Amino acid sequence: MDFRVGEDQRELAEGIRAMVAGRLPLDHLRAREGDARAIDADDWAALGETGVFALTLPEPTGTGLSMAEAVVVFEELGRALVPGPLVGTFLAARAGVVEGAAEGRVQVGVHCAGAGPALVEHLGSLAALLVFAPDGREPATLLAPVTAEGATRLDAPLDPLTPLWRVDALPAGQPVPGDDDDGSLSLSLSLWRDGALLTAALQVGHAAEALDLAVAYAKERQQFGTPIGSFQAVKHMCADMLVRAEVARAAVHAAACLADAPDVVETEAAVAGCTPEQLVDRSLAGAKLLADEAALGNARAAIQVHGGMGFTWEVPLHLHLKRALVASTTFGTPAAHAAALAAYPGATT
Amino acid sequence: MDLRYTAPERAFRQELRNWLAATLPGVGEPPPHDDWPARRAYDLHWQRLLFEAGYAGVDWPAEGGGRGSSPVEQLIFKEECERAGAPYVGVNFVGLLHAGPTIIAEGTAAQKERYLPGILRGEEVWCQGFSEPDAGSDLASLRTRAVRDGDDYVVTGSKIWTSHAQVADFCELLVRTGEERNRGITWLIMPMDAPGIEIRPLRTIAGTTEFAELFLNEVRIPVANRVGDENDGWRVTMVTLSFERGTAFVGELLECMRLLGDLARVAARLGALDDAGVARRFGHLVAAFDALWALTKRNVSEAAQTGIPGIGGSVFKLSFSEHAQALGDLAVEILDRAALSADPLDGPDGSPLGNADQLAAWFKSISLTIAAGTSQVQRNIVAERILGLPKARR
Repeated sequence: MDFRVGEDQRELAEGIRAMVAGRLPLDHLRAREGDARAIDADDWAALGETGVFALTLPEPTGTGLSMAEAVVVFEELGRALVPGPLVGTFLAARAGVVEGAAEGRVQVGVHCAGAGPALVEHLGSLAALLVFAPDGREPATLLAPVTAEGATRLDAPLDPLTPLWRVDALPAGQPVPGDDDDGSLSLSLSLWRDGALLTAALQVGHAAEALDLAVAYAKERQQFGTPIGSFQAVKHMCADMLVRAEVARAAVHAAACLADAPDVVETEAAVAGCTPEQLVDRSLAGAKLLADEAALGNARAAIQVHGGMGFTWEVPLHLHLKRALVASTTFGTPAAHAAALAAYPGATT
Repeated sequence: MDLRYTAPERAFRQELRNWLAATLPGVGEPPPHDDWPARRAYDLHWQRLLFEAGYAGVDWPAEGGGRGSSPVEQLIFKEECERAGAPYVGVNFVGLLHAGPTIIAEGTAAQKERYLPGILRGEEVWCQGFSEPDAGSDLASLRTRAVRDGDDYVVTGSKIWTSHAQVADFCELLVRTGEERNRGITWLIMPMDAPGIEIRPLRTIAGTTEFAELFLNEVRIPVANRVGDENDGWRVTMVTLSFERGTAFVGELLECMRLLGDLARVAARLGALDDAGVARRFGHLVAAFDALWALTKRNVSEAAQTGIPGIGGSVFKLSFSEHAQALGDLAVEILDRAALSADPLDGPDGSPLGNADQLAAWFKSISLTIAAGTSQVQRNIVAERILGLPKARR
């Protein structure tokens, strides 16, 4: 067992960070605040060229990596506040259900709130939409092209880089190809699980970046003639932020390792006294729950460390807070995951 | 990033599991918590069994007579022992986890030969004389004084939180031999039968008596019992901390997972799980303990590859202690008036509520944010050493 982040994985993260810093710096991304299209088509294609959507696809289309690498990459995308339907496009590429998704030629959204009146992210720029049941336990459908009854773009979306449409109803889409073969939910469920995991990874990115911004500010900002980071009240907030981020990251990485290794799932499930399926669900629910809380908690704490400046539009902390709130409502809310996890302790041993 | 165990690691687990299954039925129930002579005998007997089976000092290097297992094997060892319900390390704690490793790293050949086998074989018990009434979190301000007199140090002062002092043979003792704070401290081995030692037991809020205060009145300790140089005891102490391989709280973590399961079954029988808020608190603890288990594996992996557990230890302890308290608080709430007694009680359906176990764990959890570095000190350490925030006068 070697559960460290590997050298290759570190290099991959650094590569993504450098690419984003060069091609998609925050000022550039923020120029689109309030637009109907959150990210320029060329920028999306640049993400595609970097291989962000095709990480787990076999070569030559993809890079043949596993979910452990995917969560490392998505953590960086969360850190950098890269907008757009990142998870949906990855899932569409992974399932091979939308032409051009892997290359970043199109955007594919996700919707996890059923088919009724609902808010849909990025609707105006989507080539397709993957529609999941709120808990992922019913067959997913694919809506392409994306047409929706009474779709109205909202004027005041929470996150200025996540445009929203209100729809009265989503039309019934096509079953996701591959699910039909034996009537099982295998593909739908595995897509939902990957989606939850990658969303959790984005959240770890928000949590980690909020921590870094808070620590940098606490070292630099002087009051009472000394950096505010020398005050224990501030130190302890920062320490708690690190704890939340590290614990959530460990949970996300463990869930990714389980997603990649059925043999480990077998062994660990036997030890934990549950079925392999339950162990996978349990690890994912825990990862999403803790990552949601770390992202929201750290964004809030970072705003507090920044004082009045943290409450300004200019300082990007509100963007992490808002994006984290958006992400916490997809692939299961923290409350839903906590409720689902309550079934486990009494059943084990 | 790989959670797969290697073939040798799996073989180690299986062999250990077989041995535990064959051995534990003959070990018997632990004695009452305040019968110290019986507990000493019980814990030493278990250590003897481990020694005979080759499992003594899994975390000790081979040159110290230990098994020299890798950090991952140490993790497996603790995991399997806890899951099988094996006895805890008990009175052997200080010898196995602190004094022994210190002597291995810093002791003379004669000291190693004299003291290490007694620890490994389950023959001698150690206690720790570090903290003082006026030197807790600020350990380097300790004042127990040792004055050189011929071939002896003459030691006068007092120590506190000395676990198992009543039944210990030796004490690892930090004394002041110089004026400079952490460069005026010396590490001594004090035989507990030396004249001038008064032991006064301390009772904890749980009613238990593992702690004692030591009053030392001109206790004579041979200079030959000094480990490391005079005034170098602070460094000697810090060296031992690096023996920690990220497995410090494995037993406690797995115990919390077990208690959470016990509590959930009781809560289900009492109908408490029907409350969505209560259910979510259970779910949250499942997530937290699972994540801490993953973090343990990360820390152990770090230690296995680099020799040091990395930043994980303080991070782990801060989060774990908080969630152990959340579990305790949840237990007390669910047990309702059954939490008012540590006598084993039954629920309305006649089945045991497990209140004694939960109550003991609740009390223990309260100590977790205090012992081995308060959470406030841990946060300072995390903020300064990991995040690089500026130090300040406290």
